[in-house]
Amino acid sequence: MTEMPSIDKKKCNRCGLCVSVCGCGAIVMVNNVVTIIETEDCHWCTTCEAVCPTGALTCSFEIVIEESPKTDS
Amino acid sequence: MTINIAFLKLAAYFAVLSNAELDVIKQAFSEKTFQRGEVILWEGEMSDVLFFVAVGAVKIFKTSSQGKEQILSIARPGDALNDISIFDGKTNPVSAQALGPVTIYGIKRERLQIVFQQNPELTLNAIKVLAERTRHLFTLVEDLSFRHVLGRVVKILLTHAGDGGGPVQRLTQQEMAAMAGTAREVVARSLKALEEQGYIRLENHRIVINDKESLQKILTDTI
Repeated sequence: MTEMPSIDKKKCNRCGLCVSVCGCGAIVMVNNVVTIIETEDCHWCTTCEAVCPTGALTCSFEIVIEESPKTDS
Repeated sequence: MTINIAFLKLAAYFAVLSNAELDVIKQAFSEKTFQRGEVILWEGEMSDVLFFVAVGAVKIFKTSSQGKEQILSIARPGDALNDISIFDGKTNPVSAQALGPVTIYGIKRERLQIVFQQNPELTLNAIKVLAERTRHLFTLVEDLSFRHVLGRVVKILLTHAGDGGGPVQRLTQQEMAAMAGTAREVVARSLKALEEQGYIRLENHRIVINDKESLQKILTDTI
């Protein structure tokens, strides 16, 4: 399952700005409802979140620490 | 091309006019459309038409001599793109680029002056609009000027980081901005700066900390 931006339909005012800026076609308007379509092409640019005037659309990040491999000196 | 009064009504500069008054002035406006990525205005160029967004979203940004971009704001329907240069008669202080398909309404400076003379309430309203913009920019300047914002972003990353082994709390850039008491644009810039330094890596829906020690040093240095 591909991780996708999420939408809070209660907050969404259906302005369609997220649909207009999405470069991979993952966000579409279906029957006047913003709908997310799962696609591998979403590169988490977060532009949809940036343009959303109501904070309905979110692109959350998991923050992880990558242990660097120990080098023997 | 038909100028839609509903879109004119969205514009902060003209929102104080009644529908009847908007109907009278609408013939002074023209319409232009832009596709994703098209630059609507370049920083440093002169403007003689006041543009504002009718449909879509526009990135307002400055570019440094090294080519680094700083997003100042996202213009949405109703927001003006070049009011500063229209009012002071100097060059555009920022560039504007379409984030998707965009419709722009424009009014020539000379026509705008006539509309303002015929509707004096627009002048007071314009002062209010510019004051709100100035307040936003003051906050942005403050955040960009002080190093401790970077420290606050680093602290959020270290506090909320997991080791990849179990479920961790997820954060949006908007949430990080709220936690750091700053604007989303400043968080984006901070993450970019940390990535350029090689301390973190931005992947799809993951921020990978690959130099925890350097981040901890930033935290210590900025306290």
